[in-house]
Amino acid sequence: MSFDATYKEKKLKSVGTRPLRPDGVDKVTGRARYGADFNMPGQLVARVLRSPHAHARIMRIDVSRAVALKGVKAVITAADLPDLTNGNAALYAILDNCMARTKAFYDGHAVAAVAAIDAKVAREALKLIEVEYDVLPHVVDVDAAMAPDAPLLDENLFTQGIDPAPTTPSNVGNRSEFGHGDVESGFAKADVIVERSYKTEQTHQGYIEPHACVASCNVDGTAEMWVCTQGHFVYRQTCADLLGLEVSKLRVTSSEIGGGFGGKTHVWAEPLALALSRKAGRPVKLVMSREEVFRASGPTSQTSIDVKIGATKDGKITAALATLRYSSGPYADSWAETGAMTSFACYDLENVKTVGFEVIVNRPKVAAYRAPSAPMAAFAVESAIDELAHKIGMDSVELRIKNAASEGSRSSYGPIYGPIGIGPTLEAARTHPHMSAPLGKNQGRGMACGFWFNFGGQTCTDLNISADGTVTLAVGTVDVGGSRASLSLIAAEELGISYDDVKAVIADTSTLGYNDMTDGSRGTFSSSMATISAARNAIVTMRERAALMWDIPVEDVAWEEGHAKAVGASYDNRAPLSVKDIAAEAGNTGGPIAGHSELVADGAGVSFGTHICDVEVDPETGATRVIRYTVIQDAGKAVHPAYVEGQYQGGAAQGIGWALNEEYVYGADGRLQNPGFLDYRIPVCSDLPMIDTQILEIPNPNHPYGVRGVGETSIVPPLAAVANAVSDAVGVRMVHVPVSPPRILAALNAKAKG
Amino acid sequence: MTSIAVSTTINGDDVEFLCRADETLLDVLRNRLGLMGAKEGCGTGDCGACSTIMDGRVVCSCLVLGAETEGREIETIEGMANGSDLHPLQSKFIEHAALQCGVCTPGFLMAAKALLAAHPDPTEKEIRFWLAGNLCRCTGYDKIVRAVQDAAAEMRGEGT
Repeated sequence: MSFDATYKEKKLKSVGTRPLRPDGVDKVTGRARYGADFNMPGQLVARVLRSPHAHARIMRIDVSRAVALKGVKAVITAADLPDLTNGNAALYAILDNCMARTKAFYDGHAVAAVAAIDAKVAREALKLIEVEYDVLPHVVDVDAAMAPDAPLLDENLFTQGIDPAPTTPSNVGNRSEFGHGDVESGFAKADVIVERSYKTEQTHQGYIEPHACVASCNVDGTAEMWVCTQGHFVYRQTCADLLGLEVSKLRVTSSEIGGGFGGKTHVWAEPLALALSRKAGRPVKLVMSREEVFRASGPTSQTSIDVKIGATKDGKITAALATLRYSSGPYADSWAETGAMTSFACYDLENVKTVGFEVIVNRPKVAAYRAPSAPMAAFAVESAIDELAHKIGMDSVELRIKNAASEGSRSSYGPIYGPIGIGPTLEAARTHPHMSAPLGKNQGRGMACGFWFNFGGQTCTDLNISADGTVTLAVGTVDVGGSRASLSLIAAEELGISYDDVKAVIADTSTLGYNDMTDGSRGTFSSSMATISAARNAIVTMRERAALMWDIPVEDVAWEEGHAKAVGASYDNRAPLSVKDIAAEAGNTGGPIAGHSELVADGAGVSFGTHICDVEVDPETGATRVIRYTVIQDAGKAVHPAYVEGQYQGGAAQGIGWALNEEYVYGADGRLQNPGFLDYRIPVCSDLPMIDTQILEIPNPNHPYGVRGVGETSIVPPLAAVANAVSDAVGVRMVHVPVSPPRILAALNAKAKG
Repeated sequence: MTSIAVSTTINGDDVEFLCRADETLLDVLRNRLGLMGAKEGCGTGDCGACSTIMDGRVVCSCLVLGAETEGREIETIEGMANGSDLHPLQSKFIEHAALQCGVCTPGFLMAAKALLAAHPDPTEKEIRFWLAGNLCRCTGYDKIVRAVQDAAAEMRGEGT
């Protein structure tokens, strides 16, 4: 049956309420099982040897002494992972990142791995592996890597997207361009122009749970893996591709996930655990240390961005231009392209152009981090907009409202918008009490907007009705922030039953069809769509069963408020049949009742947010405290408002950390200086105030309940909102995040010297 | 390899175990005693995910050696509920949506329990500083602070 996903306004009973989450008791009692909380009989412990050099050719690896150590059961190098990528550059980059093949490209790049009877023996074995390196010149900074004399990471990399194609290699993998109109003629019409360069430093997602898995390969070609991941189906596919396994013979079970934020959408050590298990013939557990997590997984791009915006005296933007340089680690990728697409997405612009450059450097392979690439672009653009407002003498909210995109606007990256929330979030900010609250000495206020596309994608869901009428909902999108609660609400709503009668679980890769990852804010959006579809299919079956029970034509059976009802004057005396009534008779009416759904969830509604931030800066130390913070964001429809608020607050807190403190610090030797939570300081409880939230609901026309993704947009505005607030407090434009105490003091000193 | 025999009390029960000299309390809890509620987020005492209570004081169990617990009283998350009755902090964390991924939650609950033992009526500032040793990357702490405030009120008999 075709599924109609069109939004229809209706009164909702379950959706929009705040019931207790189904995984709550497990998580407050210590029973929830995360990546490292699973063990198999006879399992070995794995440890990974990593390069201490930022850039080095691997001349020789001798593992013989490690192999000979008592208790060591397998040692692997790149030779144990033959290249099966068949010309797929993205897959090759994953393979090379899992285990360096010819060169180590960053401090922390894996070069060998060991499986032994315990961690102590494994650690000792690593010390016995001899690696001979030819250390090469390195480059870690995005701007330095683009310099003509920069050390080259890949002598065969010629920039794509440039005509004519370059004849000399460089560290720039690709150039991309977006926009419309003619920016030069637009700037010619401007009364005021702001032009500045900005920089953002590399940050880590900072999930509290390190990557962990248990892998078990059998001699018959079957394999199992328990792993913390945002996408077990994708991990299965990637691992099977890299190891030459048959996809359906690798069963992957996702554990509870201790945070991901994009960082658990990519495989790191999982193929190594499988390769070790295959070689040793025993299950292998591999858990990264926190230092490994920082050195070898996850980070964002470091960026360098130039923005030029022109406007008339009355605040109408006439042209907007941005050049964005994003580092991607040692392999060419498409992070700058995403940044270039999102840069000006909040605004309705006649003339706009954005250009992105993908830059490879001797840092870890960049991974997605919550609205990947958008926060840096928003920092640059929203800082420039703030400066433009000051220059024109206009309120910065008014300036944004005057230029905000709306339904029918052509976005800077191409598509025409449907109904969107940027205007409403700005209107809400204008009238929010926060905007007019008085500020004290050394305090400043900033605001900023943010955009994220939101994704849909492939989704498969099963809804099984038990004999007692309760429902098991099996979904394939990993629950990273409470989606089992929100999807249970959706199932309850659609079937017309109680939330307490629905139990949602995350199915493993062998018990459900393929699902894309929980990324792009798609978990609740796409799995709720599939849940609604599956529920409607189950209702079709339940109507048929009711018709059989009543011995009347199915056309005369309607479904209303969780009950089959006989429609027609002759059926007056029949009491409606509940789900429980129908389920109880299932064995006599055709067997088990289930609804299945497989679909590509199209039409994820774009998302916008506006944030307001107050800070207080200590002029002597440069230390900044966020003293008030407000998030206003469009959710389309908040399925479980408490967890929508949680997404808003969590994204804001991560953005505040990025804005004020978090950064990868490299030494002159190209080694990461702060691979731990002591020196890479994420916000702690005493750093933050309460984070106020305001949920707007502008229905997504492409979802039955109007749902949009909510998970990512909240990290987009904070870099600019905080930096604008600091700039307001200290009277100097801050152009480099994090705006850490040394950078603030340097700005204050420069200002004092005039 | 020489192991050390240790006698200690965990969640009110007498427990004996053997461990090597370099094993932490966290290693012992997770790998020898099957108490997996304490998590290793960093192994360096920076994240608080392995927080337990030793002789009434919150400790990072990754910074305590297993052998050091001889004769001590250890409390872990597994002992927080009274049978099937959740501790008010546990109930309030669920009620206030004070957890998302939940991996930091056992540590927060241990630290919050110690806080409320010392300060039954804490200010927001006291809560924030008592919990500053526990990292949460999901929530922004807002709902955690509110859950602790509400649990404290309930434990004082103030009903909400």
